[in-house]
Amino acid sequence: MATTDEEVRELIKREYEHGFVTEIESDTFEPGLNEDVIRRLSDLKQEPEFMLEWRLKAYRRWLEMEEPEWAHVDYPQVKFDDISYYSAPKRPEDMPQSLDEVDPELLKTYEKLGIPLHERAKLAGVAVDAVFDSVSVATTFKEPLEKAGVIFCPISEALQKHPELVKKYLGSVVPVADNYYAALNSAVFSDGSFVYIPKGVRCPLELSTYFRINAANTGQFERTLIIADAGSYVSYLEGCTAPMRDENQLHAAVVELVLLDDAQIKYSTVQNWYPGDETGKGGIYNFVTKRAACIGKNSKVSWTQVETGSAITWKYPSCILRGDNSVGEFYSVALTHNYQQADTGTKMIHIGKNTSSTVISKGISAGRSSNAYRGLVKFNPGAEGARNFTQCDSLLIGDRCGAHTFPYIESKNKSAIVEHEATTSKVSDEQMFLCRQRGIEPEQAVSMIVNGFCKEVFKELPMEFAVEAGKLLEVSLEGSVG
Amino acid sequence: MLSIKNLHACVEEKQILNGLNLEIKAGEVHAIMGPNGSGKSTLSQVLAGNEAFDVTKGEVTFNGDNLLDLATEERAREGIFLAFQYPVEIPGVSNLQFLRTSVNAMRKHHGIEEMNAAEFMKLAKEVSKQVDLDPAFLKRGVNEGFSGGEKKRNEVMQALLLQPKLAILDETDSGLDIDALKVVADGVNALRAPDRSILMITHYQRLLDHIVPDYVHVLSEGKIIKSGGPELALELEAKGYGWLGIEDQVAANHE
Ligand SMILES: Nc1ncnc2c1ncn2[C@@H]1O[C@H](COP(=O)(O)OP(=O)(O)O)[C@@H](O)[C@H]1O
Ligand SMILES: [Mg+2]
Repeated sequence: MATTDEEVRELIKREYEHGFVTEIESDTFEPGLNEDVIRRLSDLKQEPEFMLEWRLKAYRRWLEMEEPEWAHVDYPQVKFDDISYYSAPKRPEDMPQSLDEVDPELLKTYEKLGIPLHERAKLAGVAVDAVFDSVSVATTFKEPLEKAGVIFCPISEALQKHPELVKKYLGSVVPVADNYYAALNSAVFSDGSFVYIPKGVRCPLELSTYFRINAANTGQFERTLIIADAGSYVSYLEGCTAPMRDENQLHAAVVELVLLDDAQIKYSTVQNWYPGDETGKGGIYNFVTKRAACIGKNSKVSWTQVETGSAITWKYPSCILRGDNSVGEFYSVALTHNYQQADTGTKMIHIGKNTSSTVISKGISAGRSSNAYRGLVKFNPGAEGARNFTQCDSLLIGDRCGAHTFPYIESKNKSAIVEHEATTSKVSDEQMFLCRQRGIEPEQAVSMIVNGFCKEVFKELPMEFAVEAGKLLEVSLEGSVG
Repeated sequence: MLSIKNLHACVEEKQILNGLNLEIKAGEVHAIMGPNGSGKSTLSQVLAGNEAFDVTKGEVTFNGDNLLDLATEERAREGIFLAFQYPVEIPGVSNLQFLRTSVNAMRKHHGIEEMNAAEFMKLAKEVSKQVDLDPAFLKRGVNEGFSGGEKKRNEVMQALLLQPKLAILDETDSGLDIDALKVVADGVNALRAPDRSILMITHYQRLLDHIVPDYVHVLSEGKIIKSGGPELALELEAKGYGWLGIEDQVAANHE
């Protein structure tokens, strides 16, 4: 019945909660990209020589590449010369050494975001390496990590303190010319996180980074590199928000995970960047390359993501299962509304023997949005006894949105087993009526139904994040029932 | 408590209720019987405020207020409860979470402190035992994979939890075996109270052996064509709907 649809539509309308702009003076490069800009960037960050060479190589490859068009998304051409490639919060000569030295304006920003760095970190036992625009400004809980031999620092710092590790692994999972946006990122990445977990160490804390895009017209290009040495374990949380702006901002991150024998990485993301307004104006273009290489045997990587933000999301966290018996998992909730577009999924590349992968994808579409799952499961000839299980569920809210599933399977090994399940359902009028008949507000009902739909993914999130993810869905779906 | 006057309602342009009148006073138990398709469920849905149904004429007051002006959830909070004929599933949402959200929505509306998870768990366990449901059911998704009988008992459990002013039970007896019927009837009898009214919709007389109503009404083509005391149900059982000149689509007293 139309009335119910109408209500649901109303309720999906919601002002972006994190839409505010921090007034901090920024050191910002003038817009435009050329080799000079890259040299200045590398120089400013006092990078070792090899890094500049690496960036320049990536840039030259990028110039030869074409923007991909195959994703199930639709957007105006990004004008790369209108973007500024560096923006750092202005501060005294040096990086702040502790939270006390951090610009209070900045800390207030985190508070508005619901991340009181201080409290939150303490309460949750989380070390936060906060990336504000392009430079990491605060890192907490360094000590217990150092004691365990864990390295957790901005990648710019790692380049100075541990250049050999960075040199060995940077680009080993996502080569510089892997794709258009990865090449661009390799050329101009400004900062990001670096993690190294030594052999046999279980990281004593959940590591967490909050990314946030602040300055107007700055593309954010972070680079994350996590190395889990043999027998180690780490759980890494990434949360993202961005202020509200009319123009679109580009975000092209690269995340590389490296797993040696028996290592485990659990990588969780909650992404709620500004999705644009009700008419589809503004919002973040989120073109991200995330990939894990299980190079060691018996290694295991899990990607868990809750994606509610960005105008356009183009993201396929992938697993290269090279080591025998290695395991790749992908748990995803992607919610789109208004005019948001998401094309997300995963690639599971089975190379080693008895490798296995699991894909659970939950797509929720509301408003006039479009939500696509795109997944590739590939078995190489040597992937004896490998198996994959894929489940893709779509939930539609209202009747003006779309959900699409594009599963690709390539098998060059006859012993490989693939199972694929897909469903599409709607938040039905009957479900809504039942909830409302029991006195529950319509918006709370939708949020409850959607949360139930996502349960299998939420249970993979660390406790703290699961609560946050639930709230995030609520916020994304909430708003004035007419 | 409830006063229905000349109620007309349609769904998808199809006229279903055609001038229905009914008065229910506090503490009374009314049974509505009638053949399939006579509009019994439609009446219950219209009272509960399902927007798929349009009221085209007539009025309904509930404790003096114009019921038709209220949204579904407002009616619920004012004390109207509907036990569904076909309870819908909500996958992944635990019964416990659903029920607590519901109970707290009601409490909030009435300015009563909301219940925390532990308090609610205790209460829910007690009530689930009352309808002979294993408390393990509380952890399962709402109606997810429940058998027909379990769904019905779950509905009665909700009525017991929410303690409504007017409980409308839409064929809560259908599809139950004798034992389950007894459990459900006991649950409904436990609801009987001087300040609470019950509107029981049933196709069969057998429920009325366990829950003796104050009044029995026969619905046909969207209108009440005959009203009486409990003896009317027995008479109907003995003579069949044909006795009242109604087309008897389904035998009135046999499953
Ligand atoms: N959602 C609906 N759409 C179309 N017709 C309906 C709908 N609900 C009920 N009806 C029709 O209305 C009539 C009365 O149905 P109902 O109230 O369910 O009767 P009962 O509960 O007495 O069996 C039937 O003819 C039925 O097919
Ligand atoms: Mg019916």
